[in-house]
Amino acid sequence: MESVVSRSGWWLAALFISTVAMAKAIDWGFAVHMGIFALAALIGLVISLRTTDFHAAARGILRLPDDQTRYDDDLIRFGVIATVFWGMAGFLVGLVIALQLAFPVLNLGLEWTSFGRLRPLHTSAVIFAFGGSALIATSFYVVQRTCRARLAFPGLARFVFWGYQLFIVLAATGYLLGISQGKEYAEPEWYVDLWLTIVWVAYLAVFVGTIVKRTEPHIYVANWFYLSFILTVAMLHVVNNMNVPVSLFGSKSYPLWAGVQGALVQWWYGHNAVGFFLTAGFLAMMYYFVPKQAQRPVYSYRLSILHFWSLIFLYIWAGPHHLHYTALPDWAQTLGMVFSVMLWMPSWGGMINGLMTLNGAWDKVRTDPIIRMMVLALAFYGMSTFEGPMMSVKSVNSLSHYTDWTIGHVHSGALGWNGMITFSCIYFLVPRLWGRERLYSLRMVNWHFWLATLGIVFYASSMWVAGITQGLMWREYGADGYLVNSFVETVAALHPMYLLRAFGGGLFLIGAGVMTFNVWQTIAGRLRDELPLYQPKHDPAADRPLTAVPAE
Amino acid sequence: MTAQANDAAPKEDWGRHKKMERNVALFGVAAFAAVTIGGIVEIAPLFWIDNTIEKVEGMRPYTPLEQAGRDIYVREGCYVCHSQMIRPFRDEVERYGHYSLAAESMYDRPFQWGSKRTGPDLARVGGRYSDEWHVQHLTDPRAVVPESIMPTYAFLAKRDLDTANITADLTALYRAGTPYTKEQLDKADADLKAQADPMGDAADLNKRYPKAQVRDFDGQPDRLTEMDALVAYLQVLGTLVDVNSAKAQEELAKEKGR
Repeated sequence: MESVVSRSGWWLAALFISTVAMAKAIDWGFAVHMGIFALAALIGLVISLRTTDFHAAARGILRLPDDQTRYDDDLIRFGVIATVFWGMAGFLVGLVIALQLAFPVLNLGLEWTSFGRLRPLHTSAVIFAFGGSALIATSFYVVQRTCRARLAFPGLARFVFWGYQLFIVLAATGYLLGISQGKEYAEPEWYVDLWLTIVWVAYLAVFVGTIVKRTEPHIYVANWFYLSFILTVAMLHVVNNMNVPVSLFGSKSYPLWAGVQGALVQWWYGHNAVGFFLTAGFLAMMYYFVPKQAQRPVYSYRLSILHFWSLIFLYIWAGPHHLHYTALPDWAQTLGMVFSVMLWMPSWGGMINGLMTLNGAWDKVRTDPIIRMMVLALAFYGMSTFEGPMMSVKSVNSLSHYTDWTIGHVHSGALGWNGMITFSCIYFLVPRLWGRERLYSLRMVNWHFWLATLGIVFYASSMWVAGITQGLMWREYGADGYLVNSFVETVAALHPMYLLRAFGGGLFLIGAGVMTFNVWQTIAGRLRDELPLYQPKHDPAADRPLTAVPAE
Repeated sequence: MTAQANDAAPKEDWGRHKKMERNVALFGVAAFAAVTIGGIVEIAPLFWIDNTIEKVEGMRPYTPLEQAGRDIYVREGCYVCHSQMIRPFRDEVERYGHYSLAAESMYDRPFQWGSKRTGPDLARVGGRYSDEWHVQHLTDPRAVVPESIMPTYAFLAKRDLDTANITADLTALYRAGTPYTKEQLDKADADLKAQADPMGDAADLNKRYPKAQVRDFDGQPDRLTEMDALVAYLQVLGTLVDVNSAKAQEELAKEKGR
């Protein structure tokens, strides 16, 4: 009872503070956000006061089987659902903004739906909402199993998950309302940043706490990657978001770092958001789920040590390659380029370690669509980690920078690597978390695989063509020594490529829709009546000895 | 897992790592050390190496109206399609003007160099087009550039600029490091209004902010709208430093290995 009283006290205090802040807000965006905070506190308060048994409530909502697993998996079930939901939302907004570039009328003439506000919504929804939910859910799943221990601080773990979801809601609504710091992938304003910092410290505490109470002597390699991801993202987030708020009751703030310093801090952050959020964290997923699904041990222990330390050490230097030929001092650009090229090696080390894990199980690529998805994810990881170092070479960058080539590069990594590995983890997790015999349909996984793969091919190749076209058109000189193309001619030239890109994105979205249906049905406990994917043909008519048939 | 348990690696090579794998504190400290080095080596020197930002004449903090316009530029996410960083290539210099100097964004909080040119670079767009062109282009880009794919921003001209917090805005910028003087902070509100008022006291404003352009920007002299602020910001971009003057060219020619 005491704990209920004190918990309610905390919620009440949060409700009070956010209501006061809402009343004193100097801009209405801040008022809306404080309202959302207040609503979250109110929901927490109601749940506390009704002293609902969380586990019972979660079991009811999630339609869980009655036999409780040994591990603390409620949050992971919510996390899987959140991942699927945010994935659909993020891909859908991506398709909308892709179409906006082909048909500007789709901006609707409204401030809330213009490209400039929806684009951060898309990037944050896929990176932080879809990717972040997947990372939190899988890290909680993996750390428990590899440590053979339940989550440390279960209450705090719940705060981490729901607090992170609140962060996503605040960030997303903020973009639509025009609340932005104006730095890519770091758009949320100061108070949302503070909130995320609190959530992230709690995340570190839960994760490290679980490792500390492990019953296995060694810390498994996946946890090295998760740990470095959590630590590094904390560092990047805090340093890049050092801002001075205009008012404690207003949404606006100005960064401490200006101009050239601001640019390098931002791309040190931005590149390592890729390096640690989208790479280290997802490699952790690879190091657990690929061996599990293939039922083979990780290919090489030594390679994982080498790969881990060289990857995290080198990645952090690569940021300046986003600023080639800018006003950033040359020495910093060159350092960034050199380290980016070196980064190719550990990246491929990781890919090789993942792919070679399939040694002796390569037949599963044919028979198991989940393994096939994992292999494709690793192939795209290898491809985009080759393309990245290549684009960071200054002479290549002079052509590719500012063009759609960058967009294509990002999406071959994000859709191919992050998307595919996440999908395969979801397919791995759902039957196990809900205690189902198998997925609703493996054939649908196969459909998803091909829709997504085709989508990525359309996406990446149209953006390569668009990027190189635009780069070359910008620098094209005629025999008379004048520039040949006006800027807008290069825009008009890209229209067909933008259509193809939207088509590819549409295929990818449809694939994700198939996954959503499949996951839904699996959770509902249905099994699709379907033939197994691969079954040697059996023709009973032919299954008989040859006997001489007398002629008539 | 199995790979580790069964690994028969020689103890002398990998034993130390095995020790670390059993101690999360040790592991965390080592990993954190590995990820801090690169940032420290690359970023820290930018704050103390003298020639990171060249010394050029003409740079000043933004006027209150320009800063208000800049905040709208940030709010609407213009940076996702427009860069403000001209690279030192022949085609870019001919298309957009002299390559950008670090000094030209030294008061930019946040910096808006951008990473993608879905639209053209804007680092030196100031003075290239008339106010009327900008207003018309922002209201309906396809009215002046038929192939344009830019969203319309007609609402800017219909919405009064929120001027209530301009002193607080400039004070926050000052706290973050922009060298506004006390006088500039005290008169922020008056300066904001004076710049968009063709009858305003331009001399006084120009004392505090040299080269400030004073006029009605949005074609609605009786109103101070968000359009006024944004156009005022666009018109100042790249106009403060006279990069093409003989003196500046001479200084820049001396630059080495910056």
